[in-house]
Amino acid sequence: MRTHHLPIQGATCQGCASKIRAALDAVPGIEDIQVDLEAQQVSVRGAAEREALVRALAESGYGVEPADDTEAAPSHCEQKDDDAPASDSEPAGGGDIQLAITGATCASCVRSIETALSGVEGVHEASMNLADHSARVSGRAAPRDLIQAVESAGYGASVIDDPRRADQEREEREQAHYRRLLRHTGYGLGVGAPLMLWGLLGGSMTVQPGTWSQAAWLAVGLITLAVLAVPGRPFFVGAWKALRHHNANMDTLIALGTGTAWLYSMVVVLAPALVPEAARHVYFEASAMIIGLISLGLALEVRARGKTSAAVKRLLDLRAKTARVLRDDGEVDIAVEQVVAGDRIRVRPGEKIAVDGEVEEGSSRLDESMLTGEPMPVAKGPGDSVAAGTLNEGGTLIYRATRVGADTALARIIDLVKKAQGTKPPIGRLADQVSAVFVPTIMLIAVAAALAWFNFGPQPPFSHMMVAATTVLIIACPCALGLATPMSVMVGVGKAAEYGILIRQGEALQTAADLDTVVLDKTGTITEGRPALTRVLAVDGEQQDDILRLAASLETGSEHPLAQAILKAADERGLSLTAVSDFQALNGKGVSARLDGTIVRLGNRRWLEQEGVALALEDQAAELSKDAATPLFLARDDRVIGVLGVADRIKEDAAEAIRRLRDRGLRVIMITGDIQASADAIARQAGVDQVLAEVLPEDKAREVKRLQQDGAKVAMVGDGINDAPALAQADVGFAIGTGTDVAIESAAITLMSGSLHGVADAMAISRATLGNIKQNLFGAFAYNSLGVPVAAGLLYPFTGWLLSPVIAGAAMSLSSVTVVSNANRLRFFKPNKGVHGAAQTANERNEP
Amino acid sequence: MSWLINLSGLALMALIAWWFWLAGSGKARRATHGAVDIIVDDGVYEPAVIETDAGEPLALRFERRDASPCAEQVVFHGLDVSAYLPVGETTTVTLTPEQPGSYRFTCQMNMYQGKLIVH
Repeated sequence: MRTHHLPIQGATCQGCASKIRAALDAVPGIEDIQVDLEAQQVSVRGAAEREALVRALAESGYGVEPADDTEAAPSHCEQKDDDAPASDSEPAGGGDIQLAITGATCASCVRSIETALSGVEGVHEASMNLADHSARVSGRAAPRDLIQAVESAGYGASVIDDPRRADQEREEREQAHYRRLLRHTGYGLGVGAPLMLWGLLGGSMTVQPGTWSQAAWLAVGLITLAVLAVPGRPFFVGAWKALRHHNANMDTLIALGTGTAWLYSMVVVLAPALVPEAARHVYFEASAMIIGLISLGLALEVRARGKTSAAVKRLLDLRAKTARVLRDDGEVDIAVEQVVAGDRIRVRPGEKIAVDGEVEEGSSRLDESMLTGEPMPVAKGPGDSVAAGTLNEGGTLIYRATRVGADTALARIIDLVKKAQGTKPPIGRLADQVSAVFVPTIMLIAVAAALAWFNFGPQPPFSHMMVAATTVLIIACPCALGLATPMSVMVGVGKAAEYGILIRQGEALQTAADLDTVVLDKTGTITEGRPALTRVLAVDGEQQDDILRLAASLETGSEHPLAQAILKAADERGLSLTAVSDFQALNGKGVSARLDGTIVRLGNRRWLEQEGVALALEDQAAELSKDAATPLFLARDDRVIGVLGVADRIKEDAAEAIRRLRDRGLRVIMITGDIQASADAIARQAGVDQVLAEVLPEDKAREVKRLQQDGAKVAMVGDGINDAPALAQADVGFAIGTGTDVAIESAAITLMSGSLHGVADAMAISRATLGNIKQNLFGAFAYNSLGVPVAAGLLYPFTGWLLSPVIAGAAMSLSSVTVVSNANRLRFFKPNKGVHGAAQTANERNEP
Repeated sequence: MSWLINLSGLALMALIAWWFWLAGSGKARRATHGAVDIIVDDGVYEPAVIETDAGEPLALRFERRDASPCAEQVVFHGLDVSAYLPVGETTTVTLTPEQPGSYRFTCQMNMYQGKLIVH
């Protein structure tokens, strides 16, 4: 008694499993058969010979050809192509599995891992590379068996998916499909065009029984059959399979249309007596031409579609291939899939960041525009986070990987964009409902039209019936209808991603197009979200730089946000600080210390007054307060010598972006927890229409709701964390982030760049996309609702026009190409940014 | 003769309406161990009708063989789930339908049609 494990392929369902069982049962000496569809393997217990089992499997059609042993695909899922024509779908490349190995440190480990892997059933060859800690296994073993084998040898293993090779293979398959469609076009038109030309040039398209024409047309009919059977095969197979599922699709229409034309013509050729003499017309050219034209349409569509997903391809291309990881024994370039969190990675100028991480050493500038849409490079130093896919422009950085693989911001963005591209705004719902019942309806219309021609049409009825029915079937284009919305959404969502705007649902795309009110959170949305030094004032006889140097020396080591603002300003001006002694921080008042035998104090006015310090610069300080800055008084001994204004400044381009929104006719409202006076000061600088001040964080959602109850369509823009309830309450929530740190899943739309221009851009893109969808839907509906009646012969009583099926085929294949091309026009859309720099005027008076 | 043709035309129309709209949509496949293999080829999902229970996690393994772009994406209407199906590969879509009911899943253009019945 032995157990044989035999590989199978193509078994995808329980039906296959029972066929395999039946085939093996016939082999004598079998006790038990287990079919494992998951692993594409069958286990047979019994005294039977292996060869007999292999033979039985081969006869059942599920066996693995011996030749496949060496070149099997990496997993069972790629092997199921048993009933697809081999030439059409051959998988590119071999079928190696790459494993990332952990725990291997020496040459002897290599040998034991290789031995363990080679021992797995189905492994042809296994080789381990110690340098990059990977193993390559060829054969048809299941990845989980390989991992198990490595683990039982005392090491760790995981499968490395090579996305680049997979992409390449996918591309090759798509290319092959495209070439095949072009070939089919050639066959169809090659047969159809000469026939059509013959007819147009006055050649006879009718059959005279008993003459040479009957034999000649019979030959043409057989050639046309070949066209239907080879290039037309996919349509017929698809139609038949759909029919069995009580389903009908585009294939059904094409198969029925071309099949009807061919059958009718064959009846005319083979049994002319059945058809009145005037109706002995053949339509072979129509069948062949339609197959050719529709294949051409599909080929053009494949091409045009490639462009609609360009945005995702661009994001995919941002992924780095390798990372230079610092190991104890030096630096090694490894595949990015093998990087684990905690690895230290060196990135040199001109290289891409491989995974998300935190800078440990070095300083540089990173171009993050590919993710955030923000064109200015961002300075990075120790402690700063870096995002995968961004480009290192300046120096060398060493960073520690924090998020890898599917967790990186880039991977999540790609995922989000892909998902969003599959969602539909409500406007597409009608088209969905129509297209769900479209094809059977067209079939009914075709039969009805044929009957109408039979009863009311001119003589000869049969050929007119046939032409009308065929033309109706062929001209109807469910594709245009079905493609209208998704193509535009795909391009629109991709376009937005290019500008650092992540749209999560198609619905948001539609809602964002008809908003009338924008509520902006103040802190972090209109303002930078962190205080900065806006002004330095000095009494006569003192220098501004000295005031700042003194204040910064005093604040050295303080973590307070105001202190940070002062230290940063001093650092930017390159001021050298002096050490102080006896430092004291008084909560809510200020700080004091000794310096060169004097007492230096920095704090609010009331505290210094209490301390008996002589005040100065009071009017200027009051001015600062009016501009929403906090004045800090600097005193040496008992005299104020300067005032520093610190404020959470409004973002450089906030005023301009808000003006853009107002120009679009939107009401812009600022919402904040600040007291009215300082809120008003910011509002003045930003130029909003209305201020909602002193609103508690938890009440923001209620304010949004109140606006909605007044009939407003509200967009809420906030940071996505504190403002989450308000973002959810709004018709469209915009989460605004700075750089790649933003929580991208928190709102319907995420603005990666932190610029309020994103709100206006998102609305502009939404409007453009919605407009594009409307054009497409209008075009598709108009095409079908005009084309079908004309094809049915509605114009005939008035003008004597009856469309030729060939024209219908051309129109049909053009209509879906038109929809895709129109959607592609969106790729060239540019949301108008207005004049940059206009916002500067609002900010200049705040500059120190 | 002419009544025969009219009658057969009308019968054909009745047959079309019955087959595509009234006769149901074929045999349903129940998820075994929460997973179903679905082949995407020649314009149909095979199987096209999937049955599952509400609240049960479900893994649908779509194997796309059809290279035509129609098949590129599968969209579950009413569940807010969609996935790209790279040609020649098996893509697993995981979802947990919470509400009983019937959900359509289609390609972007509604040519591929399937139904997820949640009990």
